Amino acid sequence: MAAVKETVETVREAEKYKYGFFTDIESEKAPLGLTEDTVRFISAKKNEPAWLLEWRLDAFRRWLTLSEPTWAKVTYPPIDFQDAYYYSAPKQSAKLESLDEVDPKLLETYEKLGIPLTEQKMLAGVAVDAVFDSVSVVTTFKEKLAEAGVIFCPMSEAVKNHPELVKKYLGSVVPTSDNFYATLNSAVFSEGSFVYIPEGVRCPMELSTYFRINEAQTGQFERTLIIADKGSYVSYLEGCTAPQRDENQLHAAVVELVALEDAEIKYSTVQNWFPGDEDGKGGVYNFVTKRGDCRGKNSKISWTQVETGSAITWKYPSCILRGDNSRGEFYSIAISNGHQQVDSGTKMIHLGRNTSSRIISKGISAGQSSNTYRGLVSVHRKAENVRNFTQCDSLLIGDRCSAHTVPYIETKNPTAVLEHEATTSKISEDQLFYCMQRGIGEEEAVALIVNGFCRDVLQQLPMEFAVEAQKLVGISLEGSVG
Amino acid sequence: MLEIKNLHVTVDGKEILKGIDLDIGAGEVHAIMGPNGSGKSTLSYVLAGRDGYEVTKGSVRFKGKDLLDMSVDERAAAGVFLAFQYPLEIPGVTTMNFLKTALNAQRKARGEEELDAVRFLKLVREKAKPLNVTDDMLKRALNVGYSGGEKKRAEVLQMSLLEPSLAVLDETDSGLDIDALKTVAEGVNALRSPERAMIVITHYQRLLDYIVPDVVHVLSNGRIVKTGGKELAHELEKSGYAGYGADAA
Repeated sequence: MAAVKETVETVREAEKYKYGFFTDIESEKAPLGLTEDTVRFISAKKNEPAWLLEWRLDAFRRWLTLSEPTWAKVTYPPIDFQDAYYYSAPKQSAKLESLDEVDPKLLETYEKLGIPLTEQKMLAGVAVDAVFDSVSVVTTFKEKLAEAGVIFCPMSEAVKNHPELVKKYLGSVVPTSDNFYATLNSAVFSEGSFVYIPEGVRCPMELSTYFRINEAQTGQFERTLIIADKGSYVSYLEGCTAPQRDENQLHAAVVELVALEDAEIKYSTVQNWFPGDEDGKGGVYNFVTKRGDCRGKNSKISWTQVETGSAITWKYPSCILRGDNSRGEFYSIAISNGHQQVDSGTKMIHLGRNTSSRIISKGISAGQSSNTYRGLVSVHRKAENVRNFTQCDSLLIGDRCSAHTVPYIETKNPTAVLEHEATTSKISEDQLFYCMQRGIGEEEAVALIVNGFCRDVLQQLPMEFAVEAQKLVGISLEGSVG
Repeated sequence: MLEIKNLHVTVDGKEILKGIDLDIGAGEVHAIMGPNGSGKSTLSYVLAGRDGYEVTKGSVRFKGKDLLDMSVDERAAAGVFLAFQYPLEIPGVTTMNFLKTALNAQRKARGEEELDAVRFLKLVREKAKPLNVTDDMLKRALNVGYSGGEKKRAEVLQMSLLEPSLAVLDETDSGLDIDALKTVAEGVNALRSPERAMIVITHYQRLLDYIVPDVVHVLSNGRIVKTGGKELAHELEKSGYAGYGADAA
């Protein structure tokens, strides 16, 4: 099985193999492997302007000179980047017609999460019929956004309709030369979201990829760009609590956030990709570059993530605190179970004066998993009066998992005040016994204790997301005790 | 309600209970007194079903069923409640949330309808008031930063809410000043009923001035060495445990 394949196609492949039904889908593929021609092919398929093709090719040439980073505490077999398809678009007929065609395991999970049927259909990529009225929901929401002047569309559409914005900001936070995976993404990215909030506008609703899920099948090299113009505000929710069941597969996304003067971006993620099976086979390799640039004075970027899926997570949502008085926040829950490997954290780069940052990381390891927090707080020479508070808490369940904390702190300015707190604890037999003596079943007791442990972070999530995330915490830890 | 026959229990290979016989009927309150290390807490843990307490001989029947055959949470749902000597802290989980989770888990296990937030809130406030458990306490994480008295009051609140048929109170008096002890004892007394049995485990007679037992047992070296009425507790207060073959308490 190739390590890299188009998401949609692979999902179908996996279903075909695992669950015995066959979906005959036609798709258009680029030739196997990755060459300049592949990049040209993708760009041509998307009718991109010449500058973007050049941008991609430049990234591709750089990529050829780079090698995979090896500093993270994760191990996996070598990925053959030439044994993969970098573009494969299913034709329209590929959409599923009803829930009967969806992987029953997936439906079971939806049910546990309490996701209503309509949403289940949308999440599974089933064409939602009029009975459920979802079409009108989507329409209303589009009208509302248009009124406010908010642009929220697939990246390829943004390239066509708002080239000046894309050209100005694409790669301005994560340059094409940034790192192996980001560079690869720059060369071959196929889809993603684009958001622009005009000056002074408070986005009237939470934006979510969820609303877009049926419009465009998201590839595994998606590229998201969010720009909050002066004095604007947006809250963006990424991913959904739906697991995408697939075989070993590389996911190398890039997310860039730009907050101009007095603007605020709140970016929340709940990631629950397939973590691999009980023996550690399969699962998503999640190598993601996420970075926000607090470009203007008094701007603020806040990352909140709940990571429960993927076989390997390599992800460090970061903030560049360039504008004076800007603020960066990182709230994270990373749960690993089974054979999962997580190496995640954040970077807070303080460049401006009076900049502040806050990091709250909760790592929970169960099964035979490995969970590493890796973070950098860096204060540059001219950054006066910087404040940072970091808290890293690890919780261990069972005695075969591990937790690691690797904080880097660099300061070149003596006025900085940096605090770092870290704890490691285990769920004690006593706590479990106490809960169970009150009638709470063992797995529910673990979920309760873990949710308590994560409370500071869960509180940062938008309300309806928080409820789902809490349930997800329970589900991801099933089978971790006893 | 509870029949314990010739119960032998070992912990880490060491025999702690060496043949306990105990018969407790509905509505009765039994006190179990004894020196440290006599096996009092072991008895409470065995009844609750804690791991690591191995029953090597004997039987325990609860409401006609084999109690030893049930898991910890099944016993709880069946009506066994243990008030802990040292209640555990659950950081980040509000007392309110914990109580609701526990009550609904038990109701679910018994095939009863789960309580919604509104009905639950009404119930919990009604139960909390006489115990002097404030809304502020209910909103705090369970037992985290609670004083000794608050912890014990929270235990009694849980008991009041879960309405067990058998309540085992393990050293409920430990760490309490006299005022806190009175509040807790009043709470416990309010829960005495003809349908409910209680086992009050204590080292000192003091608690039994407030929670007056029907029967008093003296446990020593893993065996019940004497059984009597409430006056037995007073006798012990005067003479100590030395006369019962125990190491000096």
